[in-house]
Amino acid sequence: MPRCPGVTLKDEAAIVGVGATPYYKRGRSLPQTPLELAGKATLAALDDAGLAITDVDGLALYSVGLGGDTSLFAQTLGIPEVRFTAMLTGGGGGAAGSVGLAAAAIDAGMATCVVSLMTLQQAASRFGASYAPRGRPGAQYSAPPSPEGNFIQPAGLMAPGQMFAVITQRHMYRYGTQREHLAEVAISTRENARRRPTALMRDELTLDEYFAARLIAEPLCLFDFCLECDGAVAVVTVSAARARDLRHPPVLVTASAHGGHGRWGQAITWMGMPDEMFASSGHRPVARRLYEMAGLGPADVDVALLYDHFSPMVLLQLEDYGFCPIGESGPFVADGNIRWPTGSLPVNTHGGNLSEAYIIGMTHVKEAVEQLRGQAVNQVEGAEVALVTGGPASLPTSSLLLRAA
Amino acid sequence: MTASPAPAERLRVPAADLIRLTPDPWTAPFWEAAAEHRLVVPRCTSCGTFRFPPSPFCWRCQAQAVEWVERPGAGTVYSFTVVWHPVLPDLADSVPYAPAVVELPDTDHVRVVGAVVDADASDVKIGLPVELVWRDVRAGETVPTWRPA
Ligand SMILES: [Zn+2]
Repeated sequence: MPRCPGVTLKDEAAIVGVGATPYYKRGRSLPQTPLELAGKATLAALDDAGLAITDVDGLALYSVGLGGDTSLFAQTLGIPEVRFTAMLTGGGGGAAGSVGLAAAAIDAGMATCVVSLMTLQQAASRFGASYAPRGRPGAQYSAPPSPEGNFIQPAGLMAPGQMFAVITQRHMYRYGTQREHLAEVAISTRENARRRPTALMRDELTLDEYFAARLIAEPLCLFDFCLECDGAVAVVTVSAARARDLRHPPVLVTASAHGGHGRWGQAITWMGMPDEMFASSGHRPVARRLYEMAGLGPADVDVALLYDHFSPMVLLQLEDYGFCPIGESGPFVADGNIRWPTGSLPVNTHGGNLSEAYIIGMTHVKEAVEQLRGQAVNQVEGAEVALVTGGPASLPTSSLLLRAA
Repeated sequence: MTASPAPAERLRVPAADLIRLTPDPWTAPFWEAAAEHRLVVPRCTSCGTFRFPPSPFCWRCQAQAVEWVERPGAGTVYSFTVVWHPVLPDLADSVPYAPAVVELPDTDHVRVVGAVVDADASDVKIGLPVELVWRDVRAGETVPTWRPA
């Protein structure tokens, strides 16, 4: 059926199942193989939905998802026929957007039941050094010297945390953001994790401990960095109509957007972004399209699951998604706004990448679904709309607005 | 680098072993000039826009041809970090080091990234005027570093 301009995939698809393996510290998921982790998470998500692997006909992925090997996954798990397989380019920026890709496939009639998935096993390689020119043999994340990298690596910028530190430093200079504001992100997230059995970090984190921690890359200290983990998380998406007959109340994909400003580009790995967007998360154009598609605004969001590979990027996303004016995220969090359950906008109620587990953003999607089903450990009372973002990173970034049906 | 031990807060530079230049036809002129300790930046011959890093198209007008303009080795720190934790074992003797994003004047915001040298970690600030110090990594491979002007 032809559509009017501006009509989109709004509310056409729904998340009906989420599943995960246990979360492990880096390397501790051995001797399970990555394929095994991926399969366990997928079967758990299908079970959650009341569906079977024989229902699956699509895969919508991002970053290292299945290492790109959908063929092995399909043959191993026994998917009868794959009708759609695609992934967003880039890295963790596509986390939330992979579910939008699933919704697009379903809305376009190319598939009926689509799995989005992240599997991470960092036994032989570490994301934390993903722009370093040398890793152990076989390390899939290390970046060999490239013509573009030649303008960054020789300065010693070899890790995402160092690069985001450069953006953070500029934000502090421009807007007066303080380390106390970063600490509030780390501590509020830890408080949420402390109540969750799935969280890897459940000890209290005090302000004194935060400031006593070693600096990694100024202004970032140990507690500004996410965890290094293994594990897998899967999400199952079907049409909104079909979702009504399944086990849980549907969680509608009210909007999804991905991409970014062309001159945001490689962002942290070139450092040439225009001044007006340098100290940002890169999400501003994505946020605008997301809200437009949904017909919603920041005031409608009840809970925000913001990709937190580094604590300052939560601050910059709060600005870029309009929860506070540009440059004012520090005072916004200092006022207690992101605390659960008392704040105006509880953020990362699951403990985030910082304190629950880092599965490249898919735990955020899982938490949003649990919040909108009313099943979250740290439940936001009456939560109806959740924002989920993918990683602030090079283009594309992505996000989702999910809504309880 | 000299072999003498630096004070704890004195900035170092990333280990030379980790630096390998792999120019392509568009970046090679920059590195050839660097080996001669000259800073050159490509400028679009159609619209005058500087592009950096050097690349095959002008982002503003999509023309390809460039002229290589020599610039004085001076700029200001646009942003930076001080790295205290070595992400690789090879960097254990290189910390602390301070990658700085340095903006060149009169170039439409060309930014040249390099480690800060001849300074303490606490000296590095946004807005600090700096000047180029070419670091000869090995024969034919020279990279930019910056020191307080
Ligand atoms: Zn031009």
